[in-house]
Formats: sequence, structure tokens, C-alpha cells
Amino acid sequence: MSLEILSAGPMLSVQDAGRFGLRHMGVSPAGPIDRAAMALANVLVGNDPAAAALEFAGPAGSFRCTRPLRVAVAGADCPIRIDKRVVHAGESHRLNPGETLTIGLPDGVTWAYLALSGGIAIDPVLGSRATHLRSGLGGVEGRALRAGDRLPLGQDLPDAPCLRPASRLSGAHPFAESGPIRLILGPQDSSFAPDVIARLTEGTFTITAQRDRMGMVLGGTTLPAASGHDIVSDGTVPGSVQVPGSGMPLVLLAESQTTGGYPKIATVASVDLARLAQQPVGAEVRFAVIAAQQGEDLWIDRQSRLRRILSALVPKAEGVLRSDYLLSCDLVGGIFDPDEVTRPVMPATTRIPTEQPG
Amino acid sequence: MSNPMPPTLLPCGDCALVLQLGETVDAAINARIIALAAALETAVESGAMAGVQDIVPTYRSLLVRYDPEIIRGAALGQNLLDLAAQPMRNEGTGRRWRVPCLYGGTVGQDLDELAGMKGLSRDELIAIHSGTDYRVYMIGFAPGFAYLGGQPEILHTPRLPKPRQNIARGAIGIGGQQGNINSVAGPSGWRFLGWTPVRSFDPMRAEPFLFRAGDRIRFYPISDAEAQALDARSAAGEMIIAPEVAA
Repeated sequence: MSLEILSAGPMLSVQDAGRFGLRHMGVSPAGPIDRAAMALANVLVGNDPAAAALEFAGPAGSFRCTRPLRVAVAGADCPIRIDKRVVHAGESHRLNPGETLTIGLPDGVTWAYLALSGGIAIDPVLGSRATHLRSGLGGVEGRALRAGDRLPLGQDLPDAPCLRPASRLSGAHPFAESGPIRLILGPQDSSFAPDVIARLTEGTFTITAQRDRMGMVLGGTTLPAASGHDIVSDGTVPGSVQVPGSGMPLVLLAESQTTGGYPKIATVASVDLARLAQQPVGAEVRFAVIAAQQGEDLWIDRQSRLRRILSALVPKAEGVLRSDYLLSCDLVGGIFDPDEVTRPVMPATTRIPTEQPG
Repeated sequence: MSNPMPPTLLPCGDCALVLQLGETVDAAINARIIALAAALETAVESGAMAGVQDIVPTYRSLLVRYDPEIIRGAALGQNLLDLAAQPMRNEGTGRRWRVPCLYGGTVGQDLDELAGMKGLSRDELIAIHSGTDYRVYMIGFAPGFAYLGGQPEILHTPRLPKPRQNIARGAIGIGGQQGNINSVAGPSGWRFLGWTPVRSFDPMRAEPFLFRAGDRIRFYPISDAEAQALDARSAAGEMIIAPEVAA
């Protein structure tokens, strides 16, 4: 019952929702850079949205399993093959024992997710399976995955259907948005002169190659602090826009340090943080300032939209002839409509029981 | 000791607030922050502050993460200001740890240079460093990493211009006016005068974290042989020290 990693790309790690409630002990949550994308991948294979799955940047690698699985890639369109068969991101597929699943480079974005039915069942560390690469915590020995690793998988319903969204999602992502990245000024915006604050929304920033799961450095526009770039350390959150002495903003992500000694000019709105983190190196971004309350409204709306999308997945017409289904058909005594024979395989849990308790 | 500023709320995005009491390293401000964090934790545990997800006390401010689907920042901010207006005792956690330290050696590589910079003998420097009660001002930076305040002024030392790439877990150092105990190996620009076999962070132990903000710490010198023996017990997952707890 395991997934074998035949080859691994440069940044392939186990993530779940993350390690919460330990910030006061210096532990940031880790977990996915793009939470909504990982939730979609998980729900497509019948998992809880927070189940442990694989996050990758660059090509994911190739994989083989020891039992039939449903697999789904979300967050980006990617070249995906099961043996020689080309399949698509944003919906789930069956991977049979012995078949090789190969996943290439996310198209146009940075982070994507591979979920496996049953989820990855490695032992949690401090309540989570998420890999914190910087602290060497969780996942497999706290590190990125490599060829030869085997990941145990959780319980699965082998008869459950493969799923797809009710209507096609652009880029295999629950949300397709454009426009400036919204942020909320503070907590240390008063360390910056008004013309530098203005530069934040008037300037164009570029995504540099200095990025990982901890944070991303932005180029193109510098933000010098009037009162210096050292403050007495205080708390940070994912989305904090720290400005060190270089004047180049550093946006903190899932593996950020819990405290920092650089002034934080602003915090990226929760609704836009994954969209910023998904930008490829070289992309240009602009910022727009909103009020905290507006950020909350957008986030609350976003969460309910995500729940709607995840609860509206539908079974795919798989065209799989299952032996128990065929046995239930009167194949000799009548003619069946082809669509009828290839109807979606319904999950075991929704089958009508043949016997009623008395 | 100065009097804390009036509590100020600072925005920290749409899922967190910062309640700030000052902008400097100050024992009174820090003690007040730690008392506020404890009071807020009690309120959360009693169910009075639904939606609060994290309470992070730092040197001079309290960061509170919340779920806006459960509580809005405006309401939480008012609750925090109300809490901060209440009288509370600023006495820390009441816990005091005695932490064994092997001074000098490979990890405490800067001991002799530090003594030279201060015009002290090696033994005088050790006597000053181990003769002081420190307070954990904050846990941050890395899992279980304790920032120590209360360092005697003669020990204050600027950081190295270029950080070293790999400083061991357990390294005991000085950075500016602060002290620390390294919880995990990593890069650091601090200067190190000793090493403790005590693991302030071990994710596999029943109690993964040793220190909390507000604890007091005092070092005592040990020999190389003692350090090795204690390290073997630490490696086996044993908690080799326990705090004295004030009645």
C-alpha cells in the first residue's frame, strides 16, 4: 500500500493543511503555498481537503503504486502521462499497479499539487504531516522527496468514482483572477515616508529567482525605510511584506520565521497571497491597498466559493466495464445502449442496498 | 524600567492583529506582554474568544491570528484593548531552569576572543555569564529558539559582520544585548561562548519544547565528560533538566 517515487523533481514535498497553534513556540505552519489548489486536488480523489498530498515546483517526477489508486493534479495545467496515455490536470484518473504516472512542469505558474486517494499516511510530527524544509520537520525526514522514497497511503474506497468539476476550471485551479495584488498597510508602514508608501502602489515589482517555501524576494522597485531597517523583533504572518536593508521586499510564505526584525510595510490580503506566490520568475506584479475589513470580506467570500466548488464535483464518465457491473447486466437477453454500459461507476457508499433490515 | 506605552492596535493583514506596548527591548514591557498572552490564552480556553488561532508574545507586542469567518478583526481588537486595560500581575511563568553549559570548546569558539575584548580572564567571563538570571523574552525565529534578556552590560557584543553557516544545536551565544540558546543547527551571526547538551526542541519528545516566554534561566558550568554523559541521555529522548516552579 505505498506510492513509489521513481524520479523526483527539484522541489517535491509532502504537505497537509499545516502545523497550527505552535507559532508561539517558533514553529510556522508549513502546509501548501496554494491552499485552494491542494484542497481541489484532494477532493477530486475523494480525500478530505486537508489530507496529505504532494506539492511540487518544477517537474514533479514519476510515480508507481502497489494498489489501484485515483490521482489528481491541481493548481496548474501540466503535462501528465499514465504510461503512454496523456491525461489532464483538474480531474482525477485511475492509476493501476505497475503503471507509471509522469508529471511535468506546471504551465505558467509555480506550484502544483498531486493528490492520491487515501492520502499519504506517514507519521505526523507535532500534529501534522506537512514538510517544513527550513526546520527539517515532518514529511519524510523533513526533506524534499527523492527517487527511491516510498510513501505509505491511507485507506481508500476502491469503487469510488473519479471526479471532475461541474464546469471546467481554467488552469486546473478553483480561482482564475487577475488585476493588482491587494494588500493591507502595516504593521510598520509608519517606518516609511509617504512617497515610499506611494511607490508601493505606483511601482511595478518583478518576481525574482530568490524564492522558496519560506518567502519570495521582489525586485523592480525598492522601498527604503526612513527610520532604518532594524526593528525590535515582532511577530510575522504568511503574507508579511518585510523590507530588509536592500530595500527589496520579502514576502513571507508558508515556512516563514515566526518573528522578524525587519519593518513590515504591509501584509498581502489572504485572498491574493497564493496568486502572488504562483507568479513565475520574471512576472511583473502591481499592488493595490485595501482596508483590513475589506480583506476579511473578500476572504470570507472566497472560502464560501471554494466550498461551493469542492462540493459540486461530479463523477466522470469513465467508460470502465467493471466485472460486478457486467455480471449484473443481462448481456444475453437484451441489447444495451452503450452509454448505459459505460455509465459512471458509482461509489460503493451510494449503491442501493439489496437488503433492508427487517 | 520604563512604563509601557498605552496599548496600540496595529493592522497585520486580514487574519491577524498586533497589540503593541512599546518599540524597545524593555523588561517591564515584555513582562506585561507575557501576562497579556497568558490572560488571552485563559480567555480562549474558556471559550470566550472563539476564532483566535495563535497568540504570539514577542519582545514588545502580541500577535494574534484569528479566523475572520468566526470573529472579525474590529471586534477582536476591541476585546484585546479591553483585556489590556485590566490590571494583571506581571510575574512571568514562575518557572526557573538551571541549564548546564560546557564553556569554550568547538561550539563555544568565541569564548577566548570575547574574554579578550572585555579585558576579562576566561574564568571571569564564565563567572559573569553563569552568575546572572536571564529571562526568556520571546520564543521565535526557529522552533523552540529562546531569546534571553537580562544580559549584564559588559557581555553586550555586536554581531559578526558575516554570519557563520552552521552553528550547532545547543550553542549558547550573545547577539547585541541579547543572549540565546540555539534550538536547531543553522546559520548565525552571533558569538558563541558555550554549548548545552539540553535540547530545547525535540519533536519526538513527549514535551517537544522546553522553554516558554517568561521563564527564567541560569547557566552553570560543566566539564566535557559531564556534557558527553548528559548528551547521551538527551539523545535518548530524556528531559535532562526540569524547572523549579515558584509556589
